[in-house]
Amino acid sequence: MEWLGLYNYWVVVVLMMIGFYIVIAQGNLIKKLVGLNIFQTSVFIFFISLAHLEGGTAPIAIEGVTAYSNPLPHVLILTAIVVGVALTAMGLALVVRVQEAYGSIEEDEIHKQDDLH
Amino acid sequence: MLEHLPALQVAIALTVAPVVMMLGRAPRLSWALTTLACWATLAVALLLFVRVADGTVISYEMGGWEPPWGIEYSIDAANAWVLVIIGLISAIVMPFARKSVEQEIRTSRIALFYSAFLLANAGLIGITITSDAFNIFVFFEISALASYALIAMGNDRRAILSSYQYLIMGTVGTTFLLIGIGFLYIMTGTLNLGDLASRLPEVSDTRTIRAAFGFIAVGISLKLALFPLHLWLPNAYTYAPSMVTVFLSATATKVAIYVLLRFVYTVFGFEFSFVDLAMAWLLMPLAVLGILVPSLVAVFQTNVKRLLAYSSVAQVGYMILGISFASALGLMASILHLFNHAITKAALFMALGCLVYRLGGVSLSQLAGAGQRMPWTMGAFVVAGLSLIGVPLTAGFVTKWHLLLAALEAGFWPIAAFLLGTSLLAALYVWKVVEVAYFREPEQPDASIREAPLGLLLPTLLLTASTIVFGVFGSFTVAYARTAAAALIGGAP
Repeated sequence: MEWLGLYNYWVVVVLMMIGFYIVIAQGNLIKKLVGLNIFQTSVFIFFISLAHLEGGTAPIAIEGVTAYSNPLPHVLILTAIVVGVALTAMGLALVVRVQEAYGSIEEDEIHKQDDLH
Repeated sequence: MLEHLPALQVAIALTVAPVVMMLGRAPRLSWALTTLACWATLAVALLLFVRVADGTVISYEMGGWEPPWGIEYSIDAANAWVLVIIGLISAIVMPFARKSVEQEIRTSRIALFYSAFLLANAGLIGITITSDAFNIFVFFEISALASYALIAMGNDRRAILSSYQYLIMGTVGTTFLLIGIGFLYIMTGTLNLGDLASRLPEVSDTRTIRAAFGFIAVGISLKLALFPLHLWLPNAYTYAPSMVTVFLSATATKVAIYVLLRFVYTVFGFEFSFVDLAMAWLLMPLAVLGILVPSLVAVFQTNVKRLLAYSSVAQVGYMILGISFASALGLMASILHLFNHAITKAALFMALGCLVYRLGGVSLSQLAGAGQRMPWTMGAFVVAGLSLIGVPLTAGFVTKWHLLLAALEAGFWPIAAFLLGTSLLAALYVWKVVEVAYFREPEQPDASIREAPLGLLLPTLLLTASTIVFGVFGSFTVAYARTAAAALIGGAP
């Protein structure tokens, strides 16, 4: 039952695939962004999972505790979350302007008006 | 002061950007300040370049924290080369930008535009200079976010759509990079590139590291527009404002290629990338297809900006081809092409910027008669076009020649023949533009069309002249590219 102990990573893989699939398969520009967010979140969970140490506590120096979780991935992911928020904001801002310019945020309806390829 | 040059390289653009943003009511002033910042950044890049030209490596501890715990900036011959490319292009594009941006961007947005430009610039410099894997990811996102905003400021409504498309693909690319970095961190417990390079050999024979390599290679390939992951590039370059296209085409993909080189050669090492994983056999077919298909597509384009964008994808193919020979000569040719293609393509897109300024667009039908009306601009286009094809005495020839030598040295005769053949394709699509501009009469002759203003013309001519200078005196760049290749292969940054 070793694989059960790695369930964090299974969650990561499942979320990653769901997110990635939405990005590729969805025609709605906002849903695509949602997919992108799920995709990124799976990576965040991945980093936080790898920081965990069995029996470790929060990385605060306390007497009698020798095992700590690794704080570095937490810090990295704080940064990555900020990046993700900025990206989502940027993406949504673009979607607003797409709606203004085309009157729709569905990919097929937009491509009827303007073909990018 | 001098020992803090590496920090200044990023800090100048990063600190000036918010100041520029607040100058919304004084667009001229925001332009002047941005120009000064770009020139100062170029000066710093040149100072660094001179100091590492003999092969020394500068290591800078960010905030005084000793690497590998703190973030390290390190400059060797390879990334100083890329820093100079970024500095040079941004310094030359700024004088060009003033009139071009005043025409293409609404006055109230000019300051914001320059602010985003500085951020994109700082991001690209950061990617190049840093020696920390996670830092690379963050700087990638800084430059990418700013580029999305810049592209979306194009006049055509398709600019917004292209920017969105780029955002989706770019984010998938950088997230892949992040996953790869996570795998590396699991196995080695470090993020410093030099430290990674020394710790990886112990664990390199694991599935985790091979997966890390895959994620990083695919992620960066998306950013550098390697065929068939290039779909975002033609749209983004076509609909972005002229100045943005000049800047991005000359720097963004080059920086991504540098990161790929850094990971493949320095971090994972030649042995792992090329011997264990046989990366050359993956890269070579993609490079060959990546040269052939976009070149063919370019021949059939009617929008010249789009034509050159496809040509950019093909040129990325040449750089990847050089890497795929898995030899020092091939690597040298790729590094050489980073610079030579940057100046050539920037000159071409600048000439298009001049044409857009006077004609309002650059579809082939609009160009008819431009050769007579705008002789200097079209002259620059022709000369830079020759460099793109790879005619002797131009910068493009120097790299094509070395690519050819590398192909022959590695024994790939068909590839050598292929290189000559694709140069003909390039000649074909450049000729298409030249023919219309010089030999076709405009349908509705418009006597008011004159040569582009000096502010646009001078930077264009300067860059065009440099493609000749670096073609005739190519030995300097060749010698330097050799040092840079040695630095990449030689070991840790």
